Amino acid sequence: MDPFEEIIQYALSGLSNGAIYALIGYGFATIYSSTGIINFAQGEFVMLGGMLMMFLLTVASVPFLPAVFLAIAVSTAVGLAFERLAIRPLGNAAPLRLIIITIGASIFIRGAAMLIWGKDTHAIPAFTGSEPLYIFGATILPQHLWIFAITVLILIASKLFFNYSIAGKAMRACSFNRQAACLVGIDVRKMVLFSFMISSAVGSMAGIIIAPLTMTSYDVGVMLGIKGFCAAIIGGMGTGAGTIIGGLLLGLLEAFGAGLISASYKDAIAFIILLLILFIRPQGIFGSAEIDRV
Amino acid sequence: MLKALRWFVVSAGLLSLVLSGTALAAPPIKIGALFSITGGASFLGEPERNTAEMVVKQINAAGGIKGRELQLITYDTQGDATKAVQAATKLIKEDKVSAIIGPSITGDTMAIIPIVEKAQIPLISCAAGIKITEPVKKWVFKTAQNDSLAVAKIYDYLQKQRKISRVAILTVSDSFGSSGREQLVKQAKSFGIQIVSDDTYGPKDTDMTAQLTKLRGGKAQAIICWGTNPGPAVVARNVKQLGLRIPLFMSHGVSSKKFIELAGDAANGIILPSGHVIVANLLPKSDKQKKSLMAFTNSYKKLYGTEGDHFGGHAWDAVMLLKGAIERGGDSPAAIRDELEKTRNFSGIGGIFNFSPSDHAGLTIDAFELVEVKNKKWALVK
Repeated sequence: MDPFEEIIQYALSGLSNGAIYALIGYGFATIYSSTGIINFAQGEFVMLGGMLMMFLLTVASVPFLPAVFLAIAVSTAVGLAFERLAIRPLGNAAPLRLIIITIGASIFIRGAAMLIWGKDTHAIPAFTGSEPLYIFGATILPQHLWIFAITVLILIASKLFFNYSIAGKAMRACSFNRQAACLVGIDVRKMVLFSFMISSAVGSMAGIIIAPLTMTSYDVGVMLGIKGFCAAIIGGMGTGAGTIIGGLLLGLLEAFGAGLISASYKDAIAFIILLLILFIRPQGIFGSAEIDRV
Repeated sequence: MLKALRWFVVSAGLLSLVLSGTALAAPPIKIGALFSITGGASFLGEPERNTAEMVVKQINAAGGIKGRELQLITYDTQGDATKAVQAATKLIKEDKVSAIIGPSITGDTMAIIPIVEKAQIPLISCAAGIKITEPVKKWVFKTAQNDSLAVAKIYDYLQKQRKISRVAILTVSDSFGSSGREQLVKQAKSFGIQIVSDDTYGPKDTDMTAQLTKLRGGKAQAIICWGTNPGPAVVARNVKQLGLRIPLFMSHGVSSKKFIELAGDAANGIILPSGHVIVANLLPKSDKQKKSLMAFTNSYKKLYGTEGDHFGGHAWDAVMLLKGAIERGGDSPAAIRDELEKTRNFSGIGGIFNFSPSDHAGLTIDAFELVEVKNKKWALVK
């Protein structure tokens, strides 16, 4: 095929993967900005979204739309339970301790999912059809459009939430200065709980929209989590546009790297970017030196 | 205190005498099994473990081997060579097994070969890698079909039936894929086939459009993808998404219902070499393997509720080969090895085995059948 079509194809593949990385990265950033914790269990919520969808659709025969909401609700409940049972009891523990706890939680959630749903990979039907659409000679699936649309929607919703709602403003206040937020009467612990719920809901949403494309199994969370983390790091761990651009950038680099150089280096690209950023610009490409964490 | 201790020692001694006395009446024949029951290769290890347990139970229910029960001691290698080595050592030193079946994957098998060779314990591997039995190792046999045969089956078909000479290969970057890739490259010339594109993907990759985009409108007349689930299902979906109109071939690594389930509509038209087990019901009555195949699939389905696949078949073959060898020569490791090597015309699940001092894999290209996915079902390619 001619090089132009090829480039468009790489760009579309890259952007759709990147949108998923962005959503996962967004979950990392939400929790980081209100607690200073990097939640390494984030990828597991993506897995939970996909696996719950599989379970609800094929085993429990729930119709599609209720299944989406139920899957998000259950994942959010797991996020809530996680914060209540594993994070809050430690009080003001150092972030490092909490981060290690999140690694433990991720192993726990993954193991539980393996015991409940087995080790097989599962396919999930696409939201609307699986006939490819042609765009300038390149092809995408209707599911890709869903991914773009839902990513944009979540972005807009989060912008509105953080800028205009009381709870959103309170969460931002906590991220700027916990003590001051506490002094003006904001329930900091509640905000931390909120952030866990939001990030698990967004994570599971990412899992739901990507599962029809990539299929799902109990262990998909690990790699997706790392990619999302990488996106958040590129974006400077902010819940604004940085993480989204970080995710898209990562997706594009992967697709072009795999297409133009060699697919063997696909995962390596993510890690190299991660290391480069951590070495050269630890505040992220889009972060200012003093991290604006929301 | 001392007195009590003495009593304890004496009674414990007596007890163990009694126990060993009963055991002496009919000591079981111990067989070790190493499978990757968890981890990335659990899709192999789990059916293998299930099958081995099922067959051993059936043998014991039928009176064992010459009146002695078989005892299966299974350890999980998790697809990890280090764990495989530890477990193999334990089987040999502590459990004192007469023979070992497994491991499930080539990496694990290669890691424990030096151990079984040194301890002189026969090993029947369930992994496919050609290097397991080439060059021949005195104590090592295998039941999984060599990848070289699967490659030959596809190339032979491409050359003779389709007159195709330019192929693109896309292989997974793990031991299964790289072993397949090695064979694809090595055998291409002898079948007059030219590899015009040689690419790989990671075992956990979920999008292969980048690799496949390059093939659109290129020189390749067919794509051969070498991997195990779920990667090839993604490749099949991506090929459909990109509207690639050249035939897609897969390896025997995906010859299970699961693949059709994962790839969905995109599976239609895909051709792959497979052991006979998935098409057992399509085979003519005259087929020599049919009896074993039906016995295996029926009893597996009855016990575990799912269809027995050819992975489980590797374990079925391993246990049955051992049974035959023990029946003929007794349960000493050396006798088992010698008798295994003398096995001829054993109709198993993977094919008809003929071991010899120069061939410890025992199968020919006839162990494979080319199958095509039609309407989400397997059909024989004529």
